[in-house]
Amino acid sequence: MEETVTEEKIVAVIRENFPSEVISVESPYGFLTVNLKAGKIIDIIKFLYDKEKYQYLTTICGIHYPENKTIQVMYQLHKLAENKRIRLKIALPEEKPSVPTLTNVFPAANWMERETYDFFGVIFEGHPNLIRILNVEDMIIFPMRKEYPLEDQTREDKNNDMFGR
Amino acid sequence: METTTIKNSDIIIGQKPEGIEGAGFFATSLDKVVGMARKNSIWPLPFATSCCGIEFMATMGSHYDLARFGAERLSFSPRQADLLMVMGTIAKKMGPILRQVYEQMAEPRWVLSVGACASSGGIFDTYSVLQGIDRIIPVDVYVPGCPPRPEQIIDGILKIQHLVQTESLRRRDSPEYKAMLNQYGIE
Amino acid sequence: MADNYNTSLLSDIPEKEEKQYSYLNLGPTHPATHGIFQNVLKMDGEIIMDAVPTIGYIHRAFEKLAERRPFYQITTITDRMNYCSSPINNFGWHMTVEKLLKIEIPKRVQYLRVIIMELARISDHIICNTIIGQDVGATTGFLYLFQYRERIYEIYEEICGARLTTNMGRVGGLERNFTDKTWEKLDGFLKDFPPAFEEFSALLERNRIFMDRTINCGPISAERALAYSFSGPNLRAAGVDYDVRVMNPYSSYEEFDFIVPIGTQGDTYDRFMVRQKEMWESVSIIKQAIEKIKKEPSHIYRADAPEYVLPPKEEVYNNMEALIYQFKNIMGETDIPKGEVYHAVEGGNGELGFYLISDGGRTPYRLHFRRPCFIFYQAYPEMIKGRMLSDAIITMSSMNVIAGELDS
Repeated sequence: MEETVTEEKIVAVIRENFPSEVISVESPYGFLTVNLKAGKIIDIIKFLYDKEKYQYLTTICGIHYPENKTIQVMYQLHKLAENKRIRLKIALPEEKPSVPTLTNVFPAANWMERETYDFFGVIFEGHPNLIRILNVEDMIIFPMRKEYPLEDQTREDKNNDMFGR
Repeated sequence: METTTIKNSDIIIGQKPEGIEGAGFFATSLDKVVGMARKNSIWPLPFATSCCGIEFMATMGSHYDLARFGAERLSFSPRQADLLMVMGTIAKKMGPILRQVYEQMAEPRWVLSVGACASSGGIFDTYSVLQGIDRIIPVDVYVPGCPPRPEQIIDGILKIQHLVQTESLRRRDSPEYKAMLNQYGIE
Repeated sequence: MADNYNTSLLSDIPEKEEKQYSYLNLGPTHPATHGIFQNVLKMDGEIIMDAVPTIGYIHRAFEKLAERRPFYQITTITDRMNYCSSPINNFGWHMTVEKLLKIEIPKRVQYLRVIIMELARISDHIICNTIIGQDVGATTGFLYLFQYRERIYEIYEEICGARLTTNMGRVGGLERNFTDKTWEKLDGFLKDFPPAFEEFSALLERNRIFMDRTINCGPISAERALAYSFSGPNLRAAGVDYDVRVMNPYSSYEEFDFIVPIGTQGDTYDRFMVRQKEMWESVSIIKQAIEKIKKEPSHIYRADAPEYVLPPKEEVYNNMEALIYQFKNIMGETDIPKGEVYHAVEGGNGELGFYLISDGGRTPYRLHFRRPCFIFYQAYPEMIKGRMLSDAIITMSSMNVIAGELDS
């Protein structure tokens, strides 16, 4: 795995315009990944959209690390004109994960953020309609967090011992 | 059962019920005639949710034609359907809707559960999937498979046809049937 | 009646005195929506003012399920995402794992994968286009072309044993080499499909009624399509030539010579025509791949990486090292590197991405599927605003929304 930190031009541009927001840079498997502080992430993405033309949002997803008590949100952008991709990751505290919404920059982020909210409980401030999208609306837990089990615990016909769980 | 055949060949046109035959008349009991008429004219309601729905589309296509068994006219309105074919995974979000569709069907109605997901939850032993539709509606025939081949779906339909043919005309008013519906909470 | 529906999100166009808006529930079970998703439409007579979609009726928790399964068992999950073209999903997953494990795949395996993926693409587009025909009222195309889907299923059965949810391939290659019968069936398909496809094209492509019905029906401009992160045939119909096979080639697609068809207006007719042309291109790619395979040694069907690739059963029963590798692979004793990797393939509907975080264990730590249907379905209310109800139905079927991919 390429552990070397590759300071590409785009990272230098980000560091120049947003000093002290970049925590670390790496390129696992050749994909530029930048860990950022959560404070100005929307400004950084808007800057990348306007000035650097990263105008395609590939995906947004959440990742839960219970041992660090953080929930990370990963944004992946793509510059179609030059075929360059970048991954931006921010870490939010587990008790109250909240970050401004990206829907003003990319309309595509609407459902992606709802899905991240549904699975991890990340609140996106300013989202027009932050309700659950895939699960039933009256669910109270956030199922993708690591502390919740996969199976429905109230079912009685599948014996957990026999299934090796 | 006796069968009617074309003279000098072994092609079976139909299965003749037992009865008394004469010149220009055929006498048999009413339930046999009604059973024969019902079984060959079922109007299914395809409740296709996922991958089994695509195998159902292949079954309705010309290769494994389902229409030759009388199920030519698919009814998408539950009020006019006889057979509810549930094909695919039913999630807990979809459960109330399936129940409402079943309640809107008029008697006599049969339910065919196609695929492993509809029968028992299938490979999705998760918090969001209903582990079998027989938790919310009574099921007559289960077709296992993931997805079942079109031949298996046709086999399921033939078993439903057998049930339709041999069902007593008074079954739906009997106390056992009402007790079973009460178990599910359906009036 | 409006109280039953969540109408709070519908646009607050002031209610005119002489007009009353009605709310129509294009419910989860509907004959024309092939898949289960709900739309509550605010209608002014027959014109749609606004729509609120609700999805999640077939949410099966794939991403949580994937954290429980070892890498070789996840193909049963990826099969059931876009189930009309399941080999593409499976090979996309295998390529992601091969990227993580840095396994080098021989050329012949890559060409075999290309053949199977293009067959899957043809199979997916046949469903989409014939269902557009059926929703418009032309059922004949559906019945004609589904016969060729049965031929594709027969080829899948020769390769892996199953028709629809194929669980095809292994990490590092395929589970067995193509038999002679497979090549025979493939040649038969390539001979019989083009004339039948010509007939289907002649039925619909320049048909006056079809064109009147589908031109200007549900259009989207290229800017809005990019803003909504469209990909695949829907984006190409709007005029942007973004195809993952060309931009980030995988599995030796850079060696193949094919056109990427694009449309102009992004309406239903353009989406239909883009898929038609893509099917012709897929046939041409399969023919090129067959020619290329003839130059490769014919016994190769898997990579030579014994730590990660399951050895063939004959060797397992006879050879000690193969037995040990088989045991280690299945029981999870191999050294999986830690890391995060993203790989995208061109699925039937667009860029299907797999974002895998591995923590060195047997199962993924986090697996996220970038599902194209989920992302472009957000634009549906915008595409049907101001149109009539029957146009909305055709727009939905031309976008090829597969419910399994919509809800993970």
